[in-house]
Amino acid sequence: MSILVNKDTRLVVQGITGREGLFHTTQMVAYGTKVVAGVTPGKGGQWVLDDKIPVFDTVKKAVETTGANTSVIFVPARFAADAIFEAADAGVELIVCITEGIPVQDMMRVRAYLDQKGSRLVGPNCPGLLTPGEAKVGIIPGSIAIPGNVGVVSRSGTLTYEVLYAMKQLGIGATTTVGIGGDPVNGTSFLDTLKMFEEDPQTEKVVLIGEIGGTDEQKAAQYIADHMTKPVVGFIAGQTAPPGKRMGHAGAIVEGGEGTAAEKVEALEAAGVKVAKHPEEIAHILKSL
Amino acid sequence: MKLHEYQSKQIFAKYGVPIPKGRVAATAAEAREIAAELGGRVVVKAQVLVGGRGKAGGIKLANSPEEAEAQATAILSMKLKGLPVRKVLVDEAAHIATEIYLGITNDRAARKPVMMASAEGGVEIEEVARKTPEKIIKTHIDPLLGLRGYQTRDLALGIDLPKEHWKAFSKVCFGLWEAYQKSDATLAEINPLVVTEEGQVLAVDGKMIVDDNALFRHPEIAEMRDLDVEAPEEIEARKYGLSYIKLEGDIGCMVNGAGLAMTTMDVIKLYGGEPANFLDIGGGANAEKVAAAFRIILSEPNVKAVLINIFGGITRGDEVAKGILAAMEEVKPEVPMVARIVGTNAEEGRRLLANADMITADTLVEAAQKAVAAAKGGAQ
Repeated sequence: MSILVNKDTRLVVQGITGREGLFHTTQMVAYGTKVVAGVTPGKGGQWVLDDKIPVFDTVKKAVETTGANTSVIFVPARFAADAIFEAADAGVELIVCITEGIPVQDMMRVRAYLDQKGSRLVGPNCPGLLTPGEAKVGIIPGSIAIPGNVGVVSRSGTLTYEVLYAMKQLGIGATTTVGIGGDPVNGTSFLDTLKMFEEDPQTEKVVLIGEIGGTDEQKAAQYIADHMTKPVVGFIAGQTAPPGKRMGHAGAIVEGGEGTAAEKVEALEAAGVKVAKHPEEIAHILKSL
Repeated sequence: MKLHEYQSKQIFAKYGVPIPKGRVAATAAEAREIAAELGGRVVVKAQVLVGGRGKAGGIKLANSPEEAEAQATAILSMKLKGLPVRKVLVDEAAHIATEIYLGITNDRAARKPVMMASAEGGVEIEEVARKTPEKIIKTHIDPLLGLRGYQTRDLALGIDLPKEHWKAFSKVCFGLWEAYQKSDATLAEINPLVVTEEGQVLAVDGKMIVDDNALFRHPEIAEMRDLDVEAPEEIEARKYGLSYIKLEGDIGCMVNGAGLAMTTMDVIKLYGGEPANFLDIGGGANAEKVAAAFRIILSEPNVKAVLINIFGGITRGDEVAKGILAAMEEVKPEVPMVARIVGTNAEEGRRLLANADMITADTLVEAAQKAVAAAKGGAQ
């Protein structure tokens, strides 16, 4: 078992003929993900990857023809919001947006629209999802994680790889890794993901990797305290980040004294989460649980 | 990206928000001319991107063109919180009867814009929020519907605005909403919005922050960027697509990925060191990018050691190592360098770097400890 993506995932890649899109499609196919279609407006009728994957002009056409149920988006930031709307209108259940740099007002409109439509968005500005041994939707390097019983959810990319890698060194594997992304307004939250891990029978432990900015970690802490039966190990990046500065991620900023690492660590610890001091320690804490 | 008061007010005016008559001046002589054109009492205001300009002496009244010139001379020679004053705004002085606060910002938790009004205008809104949060009236705006008329009446009622001003207030609310939406702002604020003795509703101050990610569709706003507020290294870094923030410590950091870059800083601190910067080189560490990153890190004379932390995922470790070596050839750093490369082809990468006299480490903790030791050694 796993959450969100597995061996039955039928994936459509939006922006499949772009440099990033094509490169990562190759990687996803090599991992064993069922990539059934690609979309690039104006390139419908072409085939990519040794003529194995058909390209369509629209997501609607791709879904009708191939039965795709999940989409991954690699289109540039200025077209990304439109790509999300298109996927939602085509009835795609799960939309994973890798693109970084989408204007935040676009994302507020996307969120308001998706809340009415019922499609789930993961990201944007995220590395996507990995269910080791089954499917990879996004850009997480497949070789750094093994199948196991730990659910991982994170706002970061390489920091997540670091944690998966440290887990693998100790023989600890993951059910699913969910990169929810580093933007201030995103689709799936920590809270949403924790609920799914709590309900997933194969997930026995959870790792939550947060960072400065916003209050999503605090909301997650409240849920953990009230409802979670599985142990959670936490980590918060940005203890040394100066206030008022955006630390790479659009959402990683302490504003008006809010969203500091210290308050997040405090909220998590109060909810019984073991908070690691550095990423390698996460794997050691998991081992001891 | 923050906009100056005069820029913000010009944008507000474009969407129908009444602002005082006035213009911006770069010299005292120009300030005098503007004051003469306006006639009567004027206010001379320093255009710098810091709060508390009034308290710092950057805002002065003048009763004549001569006085305006004198005030402008004084203000243009000032530095406010370290920033030079390059321009002053000369505005007609309003006869203020009441001061209110009106602003729109992104409510991150609600994932919607929120419009806020308060009868406590003219003071810092954060101060009001801390002391008397009940005096701030809020209304969330549906991003698909936009601001609705009844919401402006809710605000007017909430701040006890006399009914004769509601229509003018509503017009300002809609103007501010349009300015916010059409400019992709993350903050649009009028503080104070005044009711004059003549009964006019007027935005005498203005502040805007525009979403950097949206500047591609606002080239006219992108041109307004004030480079004074950014460290020169930060401007240089942006040219190469690097994300760099200068800090106070002595250990330079070069990392791929924002979360890992923050974590690297934290682990340095955990082991008794102080990071000199945040630097995310992003994906695909090619030699050109790495060289630019080295130059920027080493331009800071405080830096006594550099920690390179790269997680090779799709980017292979040996390729990153080659990029680092090529960059070192060019930059020839003189401080100790600690490199940690993990992930795909990391062993080959480490071997290449060890041959080049770099200190290598297997784990982030080990790398941080070695960098802290190297920085302390260099200080003796």
